[in-house]
This record gives sequence, structure tokens and C-alpha cells, in this order.
Amino acid sequence: MKPVSPFLELDETARVPVTFDGTPLDLPQGANLAAALLVAGVDVFRHTPVSGAPRAPFCMMGACFECLVEIDGVVRQACMIDVTAGMDIRKAHEDFRGAV
Amino acid sequence: MERFDLAIIGAGPAGMAAAREAADLGLAVVLLDEQARPGGQIYRDVERAGPVRGDILGEDYTAGTRLTQALLHDRIRHIAGAVLWAIEDGFCLSYTQDGRAAQVSADRVLIATGALERPMPLPGWTLPGVMTAGAGQILLKQSGVLARRAVLVGSGPLLYLIAAQMVRAGTPPLALVETQTVADRTRALHHISGALRGWRYLVKGLKLLAQITRARVPRHTGATGIAIEGSDRAEAVTFTSHGRAHRIDCDTVFLHHGVVPNTQAARSLGVMHRWRRDQACFSPVLDPWGETDVPGIYVAGDGAGIVGAKAAEHAGRLAALAVATSAGHLGQGERDRRAKRLRLALDRERAVRPFLDAAYPPCVEALAPADGTIICRCEEVTAGTIRSHAKLGCLGPNQSKAFGRAGMGPCQGRYCGLTVTALLAAANGRTEDDTGYYRIRPPLKPVTLGELAAMDDTSDGA
Repeated sequence: MKPVSPFLELDETARVPVTFDGTPLDLPQGANLAAALLVAGVDVFRHTPVSGAPRAPFCMMGACFECLVEIDGVVRQACMIDVTAGMDIRKAHEDFRGAV
Repeated sequence: MERFDLAIIGAGPAGMAAAREAADLGLAVVLLDEQARPGGQIYRDVERAGPVRGDILGEDYTAGTRLTQALLHDRIRHIAGAVLWAIEDGFCLSYTQDGRAAQVSADRVLIATGALERPMPLPGWTLPGVMTAGAGQILLKQSGVLARRAVLVGSGPLLYLIAAQMVRAGTPPLALVETQTVADRTRALHHISGALRGWRYLVKGLKLLAQITRARVPRHTGATGIAIEGSDRAEAVTFTSHGRAHRIDCDTVFLHHGVVPNTQAARSLGVMHRWRRDQACFSPVLDPWGETDVPGIYVAGDGAGIVGAKAAEHAGRLAALAVATSAGHLGQGERDRRAKRLRLALDRERAVRPFLDAAYPPCVEALAPADGTIICRCEEVTAGTIRSHAKLGCLGPNQSKAFGRAGMGPCQGRYCGLTVTALLAAANGRTEDDTGYYRIRPPLKPVTLGELAAMDDTSDGA
């Protein structure tokens, strides 16, 4: 994570606690999860199973599958999910990082 | 399983307009859409974002509420947050919503799944911080999120729209790196008569450019040798423009060189597609009403060939008229009478396209990437690897899957399909039509066993 996020947010919204790889974050309730994580300074969402290269959101419309994260044990597209309180979010498929 | 006269996939301009038109003509309509709120990508979240960010996003965006509000109709069932993963004969549509699989059936299906960004494989395009320009727009529309230090790379009017919106929001992009050349502009002038018929678009474009110039955003045109540098994330864009090498440090890169039809759903049904040279993409073969060679399956909007939001709306209504007639709700004479006005409007909207297509052609370096450039993001396959497959006798994209897995990752070829076809066609000296495209099969989007297990029982004869 970078100290200053490359992204800024125009609106102020009520925040709820979640964790990303165990680190506590306060994200806007009901916000698009991928957008909220980017604003929070998360710049790597997962590593590829092929080479272990870092990846992050690319299309924001559910087509590219680059923003895959594991939420409460299930791998989902972060750009297709809304933020809810207490989400346990982790990088997707870290066990398979560069494994292929 | 609930049965409808018409199932529409996608709540963008084509789908929303078609839904209302069909409902007004007495049809029972189900509208399936992946997003929580209607609008498609062009009017993404317009009902929420329009009132708060309308001044930044502009009137062309806020105008979308006219269509979203028209969905409130007794005969339209809008199923939001529905991820479609199969369309089977009959037609049975399977989708996932809120962690549960479900099905509806319909006599006819209108595919209004719109466009995807044209894949833009350049060195470094897989790095975090590199996104499509469309993604930049979605961040702004839906979330009010802006990139602080972004460079816009590629060609086309969408780049100017985003740049102008970023200027209005107070975070202008660091630069525009544009790939179109003076020669492209000269070629485009051959289509100036059509452009003048679509003069409103030209005026809009000039206004956007004026805003960008006033904000002193540097524009580099005719850019070549474009690469995104960075070890773990994007750190700079390097390129050559007018004989000078440039390097612009940045955190975010937005790529765009046009959009292409999203053909996944239509292809999964075996709908015939042909290569369109003018738009350098495949589009479905349709009759004048938008019906495909699979009876009962229609396509309207950008999914049928890139036309833009306004034209998509007219095309959606045309398809709805045809569906109403074939369902016995509208006489042929009345259908044709209503269609006349729509076809005129459609022609007016399409008039500017040949000019735009010629003035802002796709980036040559991304259409035929260098050997070392990754073209399949999921499986990390390079252009050189695809070319080596051709040397081994590989003629088409389905064969190249077996050679090296391109197109077999989670995006199912959405962001490499056109590139693989182009590379194999060029290497083998064959046409794109002869080379073909990936065979698309359900599930169109991943579905978990848990979601399937949660499906309501549909054994009531369905």
C-alpha cells in the first residue's frame, strides 16, 4: 500500500470497518469495493497464478477478472461487490501465486 | 420457472429503451442486468450520481435518467445484480443473484450487452495502475473517485471526454498521449459530409478540446513506441512524439483506442459473426430489425457494432417493434410506420461514425504488438508466442488454446480474443473471418457450486 493513495474521493460517506489481508480499513458503506480499496491505497489485489505478477482493477465492469479478491473465503470480483461492514478481504489465490 | 414474452440482457440504453417500447406494446418483459442499478456503463449509476456529479459528468450523462425512469412499468421486471451465465434453447436464461442461481424463460431474447474496451496490449499494460479509460469513467460515475496523477493514452473522443471531466473535477490529467496522426485526420476529411450531418458531435468534441487546452493539459499526438514502466505498479509512460522521446511520471494510466462489441452472449448461442474492416472488430450478422440467424435472438446497441448511446436507444426500440410483431402484438403496417421515424434517427446518429472511425483509428502498435508484449493477461501469453503457434501450423484461436492456453483464463478471452485473431490472421496470411474467434460456451461468467445448490427447484416441467 502507498502512504498516499493515487486516487481521491469526491463524496464523504459513512464508513464501516473491514480488513484487507488482516489490516483494518474503514471503507465507505455500500461503495463499490474495488473503488473503495483503490482509494484506501491498496494497489495490489492479487498475484497471478502464472508468474506471480501483481494485478489490480483494470476494467471496473466485471469483464477482466483482474480485481479478484477472496471475501469471507469466496473469490469474487471486487468491482461487482458493495462494501459491507466486517468483510474479511484477502488477495485471491495467494496459495497459487506463480504456481503454474 | 417464470415465463416472459421477451428477455433483455443488459440495462444500458438499448436494453432500457427496448424494455419500455415492448412493455408499452403489451409484452411481458424481463430485464436482466449485472449492475445494482440501471444505466449500463454509459449511464452507470445515473440515478444516484446524476444529482451529485451532473456538473462534472455533463448533460449527455444525466440524460440517462429519462431511460432509467421509464423502466418503472407494470410489465417490466428488472432483475438487478443478475449475472447471466447461460442461455439455452427455448429460451432458458440462467443467472446468479445474491449468491443464488435462478432461471427465467422467454419466447425471445434481446442481447443488449454493449461494448468492451478494445484490448490495448502495450508493454506494461498489466501493471497495477493501468486501467481502461472506461474504468476511469466508471470510477468517476459510480464512486466519485478520481486519479490524482493520470496519463491518458490512445485515441478517440472518449479520451477527450474523460480529460474534460477530470478538468471540471479539479484533477486534470498530466497529459494526453494520442496515437492518431495528421494522415489520419486527412483521411477522415473524406468523410466530412457525414460528419457535418452529425455536426452536434463535432461541436461537442471541439468544446471538450477547448476545455482541455484551457486547462493547459499537454497533448502529444502521433505517439509511437509507447510503454508503461514500473516494477510493481505503473510509474511512467514513455513514448516518442514528433521525433522526440518523452517520459511522463504518473501513478495511473488510462488506456483507450475505441470500444468493440461484447459478443460473448451472442457467440454462446452460435450466432454468426463477421469481421468489420471499418471498425476492426467482429459483429453479429443481423437483419434490419436486429434479429440474428438464430430465430428469436436479437442484438441491439453497441453489441451489434459500435454506434453510440443515442443510436443504441433507437436500435433497441426497432428490435422491440419486431419482437412485438412476431409475438402478435403489433401489425406489420404499424410496425413499419413506427420504424420509419426510428430509422431516420438512427441514420442521423450513425452519420458521424465513418469520420470518427477514420480520424481516431486503433493504435497500430496495440493491434500488432511486439513479440515480447503480453496479449493474454490471464494466462500471460505474449504476441511472440502466438506468432510461434502460427509457425507450427496453428490456424485459429481455438487451436491456439491447445498450444498455449491464451483465452482460457477467467476473462474467457474478452481482453485477448481480437488480438489473437489478428495475430494469427496476419501470421498466416488469412482473413479474420477465415481465422475465426474463440468458441464461447456457458458458463459465460463463473458460477459456484454453492450458488447452483441454492437454486430454486425448476423441475415443474421446465
